[in-house]
Amino acid sequence: MKTDSKDSLHSPVIAEKINDEPVIEINNLKKSFGNQEVLKDVSLKLFNGENLVVLGKSGTGKSVLIKCIVGLLNSNGGTINVFGKSVTSLNRNDLGELRKKIGFLFQSGALYDSMTVKQNLEFPLRRIRKNLSEKEIEVKIMEVLENVGLADALNKMPSQLSGGMRKRISLARTIVVDPMIMLYDEPTTGLDPITSDEISSLINDVQKKYKTSSIIITHDIKCALSTANRIVMLKDGTVYKEGKKGDFENSTDPLILSFFK
Amino acid sequence: MKIINPVVKVKGFATKQSVKLSEKTIAKSYEANSFLTEVANVFLFILELFRETFTRNFEFKEFMRQCFQIGYKSLPLISITGTIMGLVLTIQSRPVLVDFGAVTMLPGMVAVSLIREMGPVITALICAGKIGSGMGAELGSMKVTEQIDAMEVSSTNPMRFLIVTRVLAATLMVPLLILYADALGILGSWAGANIKGDVNFVLFLSQAFSHVDFMDLFPAVIKSFFFGAVIGLVGCYKGYNAGRGTESVGVAANSAVVLSSLLVIIVDMIAVQITDMIIS
Repeated sequence: MKTDSKDSLHSPVIAEKINDEPVIEINNLKKSFGNQEVLKDVSLKLFNGENLVVLGKSGTGKSVLIKCIVGLLNSNGGTINVFGKSVTSLNRNDLGELRKKIGFLFQSGALYDSMTVKQNLEFPLRRIRKNLSEKEIEVKIMEVLENVGLADALNKMPSQLSGGMRKRISLARTIVVDPMIMLYDEPTTGLDPITSDEISSLINDVQKKYKTSSIIITHDIKCALSTANRIVMLKDGTVYKEGKKGDFENSTDPLILSFFK
Repeated sequence: MKIINPVVKVKGFATKQSVKLSEKTIAKSYEANSFLTEVANVFLFILELFRETFTRNFEFKEFMRQCFQIGYKSLPLISITGTIMGLVLTIQSRPVLVDFGAVTMLPGMVAVSLIREMGPVITALICAGKIGSGMGAELGSMKVTEQIDAMEVSSTNPMRFLIVTRVLAATLMVPLLILYADALGILGSWAGANIKGDVNFVLFLSQAFSHVDFMDLFPAVIKSFFFGAVIGLVGCYKGYNAGRGTESVGVAANSAVVLSSLLVIIVDMIAVQITDMIIS
């Protein structure tokens, strides 16, 4: 896969494909852990085909937000609709069906330590795309590994991979089932600037090639600027500002400036 | 007498008098609450385990992998301990039996004590150390590194894939390991008997099994399944419910060993009481 980040930055092709149909709609979301209110009142929409970057300081509830979207955490109030279905009212089976359409890239990569790269990729594929033959599974795995530039890592164990390689394999495992929505939890944290740029380019490439709508949680401004179609900033569990990249870059707000300077 | 300052005052209680709750009382109520929550969590965990065990899409491949990990990979440890168990029991018992002129009873005595009690309990305690800690640490680290969450968002039920397979594998493999340890214990006993004497192996075996009947073996095998289930259940519960920090992995592994060892002893005590009631 070509990894030219400039090509995918706010390209007109992608902009045309983003329409007004929200794939995720969150209203007045609240989440507390004991007495600590992490999300106080968050409302946002993710539109079809767009990359929405969620910015904010550590502890503002960015990761909690996307974990609530996939039902890993139960919210204390508000609504989350994904493809028109309310996540909070789905039973286990229906939530499982919904999750098949959502890819989640974990901050740590979350590769299964006891499995090889190939087995890591086979794991979701065999469970979500049950109709695929052995040959088709093999072809699909090689395709996604080539897309992330790690075709030679097929039989390696996760412990034999570097941090950047783990992130790429983790991304490959997420896109192997062709998700419609991608949720990235701090995709560039802990990586060197070159690898961070490569991951940002991959995020754009995934958007283009797999026609995904994505929420990207980050506090890496370089990653945010190179991937965002729209940005939401969280502060103290609420939406502080929402807008296009230019709105943030030209803002005189001290908090936004502290991120963008 | 130490005066405890009230930290909460509740007015209008029954006699219209203030009820003063001390910090100590509140701490106690939190402790009780936390204990009850833990009991409820254990109950729900077992309930979900049963529900997932009897649903479709059983993870057979993972179950076989766990049987290999728990059963086959424990063989060297169980071989050594089983053999030494029989050898030591024979060497320690022989002088006493010689004093009473009952040395011919040695094979039977060793076989009965190995099959009824020592084999199952010592092997189960070793399994609690090896298998329980392994499960606690593995699942705990999977929790910390978000692998269990990753499994869940891949539309895979972690309870079915990770817990059901491990608990069932432990329930099946621990009794087999116990029978294997019993067999090697009798072999070790024969070796021990030959240190001070000269005993034919076939004669030794025939003397040993002439004292063992069905009611020695049957309750031991039944309680072995419970030992296996307890070890698997505690190891998985502690690992699956580990905290988020790396420290919690160690805590999960440690508490899995301690609790499963304790429960093995308690289950053994209950099993002995029930067996005694049935036999008498």
